[in-house]
Amino acid sequence: MSTPGALKTLSGGVYLGMPAFPEAARTSTHDARLRANLRRATHTIRARRADAVAELEDWPRLREAGKRIKDQTLRHLDRYLLQLEEKVTAAGGTVHWAADAAEANRIVTSLVRATGSTEVVKVKSMATQEIGLNEALEAAGIAAYETDLAELIVQLGQDRPSHILVPAIHRNRREIREIFRTQMARYGRPAPSDLTDSPADLAEAARVHLREKFLRAKVAVSGANFMVAETGTMVVVESEGNGRMCLTLPETLISVVGIEKVVPSWRDLEVFLQLLPRSSTAERMNPYTTMWTGTHRGDGPKEFHLVLLDNGRTATLADEVGRQALRCIRCSACLNVCPVYERAGGHAYGGVYPGPIGAILAPQLAGVGGTVEASLPFASSLCGACYEVCPVAIDIPEVLVHLREQVAEHNSGHRLERAGMRGATWLLDHPGALAAVERAAAKTRALHPRTLPLGPAKGWSESRDLPDFPARPFRDWWKANHTSEMSGE
Amino acid sequence: MRVALFATCVNDALYPNTAIATVRLLERLGVRVDFPAAQTCCGQPQYNTGYRRLTEPLVNRMARAFAGYDYVVTPSGSCVAMVRENYPRIGAKARAEGRGDALTHAADELAPRVVELTEFLVDVLGVVDIGAYYPHTVTYHPSCHGLRVLGLGERPLRLLRAVRGLRLVELPGAEECCGFGGTFAVKNPDVSAAMGADKIAHAAATGAELLCGADNSCLMHLDGMLRRADSPLRTVHIAEILASTEQEAAV
Repeated sequence: MSTPGALKTLSGGVYLGMPAFPEAARTSTHDARLRANLRRATHTIRARRADAVAELEDWPRLREAGKRIKDQTLRHLDRYLLQLEEKVTAAGGTVHWAADAAEANRIVTSLVRATGSTEVVKVKSMATQEIGLNEALEAAGIAAYETDLAELIVQLGQDRPSHILVPAIHRNRREIREIFRTQMARYGRPAPSDLTDSPADLAEAARVHLREKFLRAKVAVSGANFMVAETGTMVVVESEGNGRMCLTLPETLISVVGIEKVVPSWRDLEVFLQLLPRSSTAERMNPYTTMWTGTHRGDGPKEFHLVLLDNGRTATLADEVGRQALRCIRCSACLNVCPVYERAGGHAYGGVYPGPIGAILAPQLAGVGGTVEASLPFASSLCGACYEVCPVAIDIPEVLVHLREQVAEHNSGHRLERAGMRGATWLLDHPGALAAVERAAAKTRALHPRTLPLGPAKGWSESRDLPDFPARPFRDWWKANHTSEMSGE
Repeated sequence: MRVALFATCVNDALYPNTAIATVRLLERLGVRVDFPAAQTCCGQPQYNTGYRRLTEPLVNRMARAFAGYDYVVTPSGSCVAMVRENYPRIGAKARAEGRGDALTHAADELAPRVVELTEFLVDVLGVVDIGAYYPHTVTYHPSCHGLRVLGLGERPLRLLRAVRGLRLVELPGAEECCGFGGTFAVKNPDVSAAMGADKIAHAAATGAELLCGADNSCLMHLDGMLRRADSPLRTVHIAEILASTEQEAAV
């Protein structure tokens, strides 16, 4: 299946040739239809999540447990991964280790080629998007068909995903009907000619279109939400049943999974299978949970390959502040509550991981050297709504500021800003000089304009008036009205 | 009880009336308040923009300026959040970089004594009705750091509800960020303005005459947008409402 050329990804899941966040957001914030689609969708799921979470009295304890299990696992990641490899192998699976996107793509491509198949069906997977697997397979003459409804909409529309859980969140149902009507026939069974934009009709059209692919497919590619080290069991949670089809019908199953997805034991799943659905789809329990351990004669795929993906994760793990991003279970609650995501949209983040979690994950997986990656830690007002809803308590604002430090230190574009900040600190460390500047500003206040055409003031005054300076600063009022017994300097 | 006012740099330079109102309010409640002139800024702009090392002299300055006081009352939630949440981090990172414990000690010694104005009134002084009079319709925006880092909760609303003559109307979407975010407002002006536009639209829809907050940096952004839009709605800091009495209107 052909996909747009702009989809080439870099190592951290950031697309090549994308503009920095502020430039991308300049366009998207003025797209009225996009804004309306996102507002409706995020506010709906935001409210539902709040209700689903409020049902559980022990939510704070569950959240703490999720955080601790992940931290504990990450601290001994080497041990759990080796245990996982041993158990998967003993159960008849094959484990492959991929250091980066290119290696993972090579492994999957050669595995598919060995089956002789020229097409695969796919379960929705962030890891395979991060490495640009569909494009790599396409280059090798292998068609990859997405089977998650929203991923199908994105793929048929030759579009890019804009949300982790709902990749077509930027589309409304009239747009989806149009995509189905004009594109389905190119890749298989066409949409019915009398297709309406009712959700039931659209789902039925997708079901019929996909059924043909499920029944024909010899190879499936998936990710996994969790991998249980003690038994080598893989876990995929989903809502539509397409995952169950892909994970059971084909002869060969290849799962590409980030190394941080391992949990030690089945007991740990109890925590995450409560945290994840309530946080992501606002459901008490997701409709389908598929678990498999290696292969079984006469039941399910005959061959199972697990590709364990690093792609920047061990480097992230080495960062004491940033490593908490590896706790992420990809629920999307932070996207749905984020005021910046709601207004800029997922595409503005320039990669496969949008929203607050993307703003701390992409720059860590890929490094802060690129234009997009360097802009992402600043794509936040630090309002903290993301941290509040995160089911594994990732302090996203803390990591954002930590990454801003790396950008400010290493990016030459920040030289002027650094000089300005240095000047500000000097002034603020000299109260006498500060008072003189305040007085000068107060004395000349009648001359101050409401807007300024240059520098940081330009960004400010494009949509806001500059504040008026008062007749005198507070410290002068104090001096005139009080005597301070303890005042120093 | 020895109480100091940390006016904050924004209030000192741009909104002296808020700091004056805080002093008058505290004095009316019988609290003797001091203003150590060595104080300047908590360093939040530098820290949040990625210049942690440039924040360090200001951490030390804050600790020196406010040494010896039982409470450092601050009419700005985000500055209190900076001291309480980030000063210990600045200390920890300095230590990890092999530069000793001095910043950690400065942070640990200062942070527990720095309190936000509504916290000081409700928790320390134990007052909710402070005899204020303000005959206007007001809606309240709880700034993010006060709401989510400090957990101010109902404190500002309880104080406002006790003000005579004041009609408090609920702000829809109150918990949503106004879009200021410090240097975010200039680094991402379009998203910031889009957030601000929604906030002022919500505020205008309440029919309030005044949009009240406890953080003048957020109010500076919102007031700039309101004035650009020629809106009759005005912003006011909660200290200025609480300082108003029938004898003495807002400063």
